[in-house]
Amino acid sequence: MSAPDFQAKPLVVAHDLAKTFDVSAPWLNRVLERKPRQLLHAVDGVSFEIPKGQTLALVGESGCGKSTVARLLVGLYEPTRGGLTFDGQDAHSAFKSPDAKAMRQRIQMIFQDPYASLNPRWTVEAIIAEPLTEHGLISDAAELKTRVASLLQSVGLSALDMPKYPHQFSGGQRQRISIARALATAPEFLVCDEPTSALDVSVQAQVLNIMKDLQRERGLTYLFISHNLAVVRHVSDRVGVMYLGRLVELADKHTLFANPRHPYTRMLLDAIPKMHDTGRARTPVQGEVPNPLNPPSGCSFHPRCPQATDLCKSERPPLRHFKGIQIACHGVV
Amino acid sequence: MSLLQVKNLVVEFPNRHGTLRALDDISFDIAPGEILGVVGESGAGKSLTGASIIGLLEPPGRVASGQIVLEGQRIDQLNADQMRHIRGRKIGAIFQDPLTSLNPLYTIGRQLTETILAHLPVTPQEARRRAIDLLKDTGISAAEERIDHYPHQFSGGMRQRVVIALALAAEPRLIVADEPTTALDVSIQAQIISLLKKVCKDRGAAVMLITHDMGVIAETCDRVAVMYAGRIAEIGPVHQVINHPSHPYTAGLMASIPDMDSDRERLNQIDGAMPRLNAIPSGCAFNPRCPQVFERCRQERPELGSAGGTRAACWLHQGVAS
Repeated sequence: MSAPDFQAKPLVVAHDLAKTFDVSAPWLNRVLERKPRQLLHAVDGVSFEIPKGQTLALVGESGCGKSTVARLLVGLYEPTRGGLTFDGQDAHSAFKSPDAKAMRQRIQMIFQDPYASLNPRWTVEAIIAEPLTEHGLISDAAELKTRVASLLQSVGLSALDMPKYPHQFSGGQRQRISIARALATAPEFLVCDEPTSALDVSVQAQVLNIMKDLQRERGLTYLFISHNLAVVRHVSDRVGVMYLGRLVELADKHTLFANPRHPYTRMLLDAIPKMHDTGRARTPVQGEVPNPLNPPSGCSFHPRCPQATDLCKSERPPLRHFKGIQIACHGVV
Repeated sequence: MSLLQVKNLVVEFPNRHGTLRALDDISFDIAPGEILGVVGESGAGKSLTGASIIGLLEPPGRVASGQIVLEGQRIDQLNADQMRHIRGRKIGAIFQDPLTSLNPLYTIGRQLTETILAHLPVTPQEARRRAIDLLKDTGISAAEERIDHYPHQFSGGMRQRVVIALALAAEPRLIVADEPTTALDVSIQAQIISLLKKVCKDRGAAVMLITHDMGVIAETCDRVAVMYAGRIAEIGPVHQVINHPSHPYTAGLMASIPDMDSDRERLNQIDGAMPRLNAIPSGCAFNPRCPQVFERCRQERPELGSAGGTRAACWLHQGVAS
């Protein structure tokens, strides 16, 4: 059903994940001004599977809900509907149970901004040692130091960096520190929310290479969130395209890039500047992402879609299997 | 004659430990109507180059030596009052974040007419009419109504259109655009870039486009300057620099960008990071990271010289004589 993979059970299964935020005006305003409650459907029924050792990338423009999916997967948000099965267990009930730490050890996250995600007043040693002591993995001080040193080496830094503070490192080095921290508990699944978008290209290449090396060595499973399709094409095995809180296309990387079927996917691919084709003007996409508080009826992409029909305006297409991919479009299926 | 000439520009930041040299001997020029891209990684000095040209260097930063000449007039030594007449009238500026470059308390119409009235001899009615035309030209529908809206009522892409309209309001000859699309989504980015290209072409305005995105440079610019550690590493026609780079830094930068056409297991990476301003290596600043480094690179600093179809500051392309 999913990737052409002989493994029977995928490691990560998200089924019908949804998160709704209440963004209503304060109670008094609602009563006096007779404003209704307002709900923002940030993620609205997203399902996917990731086999062990593979990378699923989620792409989409800002506000499409991809970061919310990331936060749902690591348990930073409670889903409004649906759930996550991790290695056969219901992850969200495990997060609430007494042995939640056992589950949290196995799922870790790398954040976008390496300047904000490291405590500036902690040394690198303290930052990386924290998950180890917090989860009670290592209590012996000398052993802790050796472990931190080896984690730093695994991301291309040195043991001599341990007493330094985050401000003494460049952006790329800081992102490697946060990768080392995420790896400390020896997780199986890493959720990476735009891990390289704050970095320069030459440094981005260093970080992406390290992430790929670590995946090969340790059999890590990644959910990789990015808005940069070229990066996604480089790191992922499968790609899910999101628009306004829903998956519109989910396919194998090669299929998606060679033969994009959803009009939104095509639009995103067309929007990438071509490097070696200088002076070629892109066909700019019309319109912008609509306000998620007031999404369009039917298919939420229809106001921008060049092939929209009356059916698209009235009825929302479900995500359906079609020739080995999954797609939500009336025009294709 | 070139519209803008920057000659041997040096920008320094004095501090209590000494003086940091942020731009070191930068020279380039921009022809009328030309689009020059300036690309480099963070800290290379590209935004600082733009800020020196518009006269918005943050103190204690100062132009220590060199000249900036706009249409034959030196503008690097003007006082704040004189510079205010140049800025907006002759040089328009577009910054990265459209929300911070617009005043949230004024309608966009007020901000546009204010700029037009400050620089052009027109009546308020004429200024408003021009403002509406500008908004129409920048692709804002229902411009007659939207002119009385506030910045928060516009989306990110629409705000950047307003900022472009604002930069063009007094019909400047040069636009300095510092990362105009970095804060925008890819689909909006394409709209803004083609808009910028079109409106500048229609008005004959030259553009200095500062960005870290090689893709944007590739499809927009006529020429490109690659900056590294406060200096220009390579400058030349955009297709030459991208397809046949001469400087090892440009080559490494190009190879580290994941592209859509090839399947590489690993990206080429340039090891290390850009040096800090207080620790710029002697000789060529790129020498500790350069795969083709040799003895001379560590001792002598190379200047820009012709190298293939471009000009590069690299000893590989310059003869033994010095």
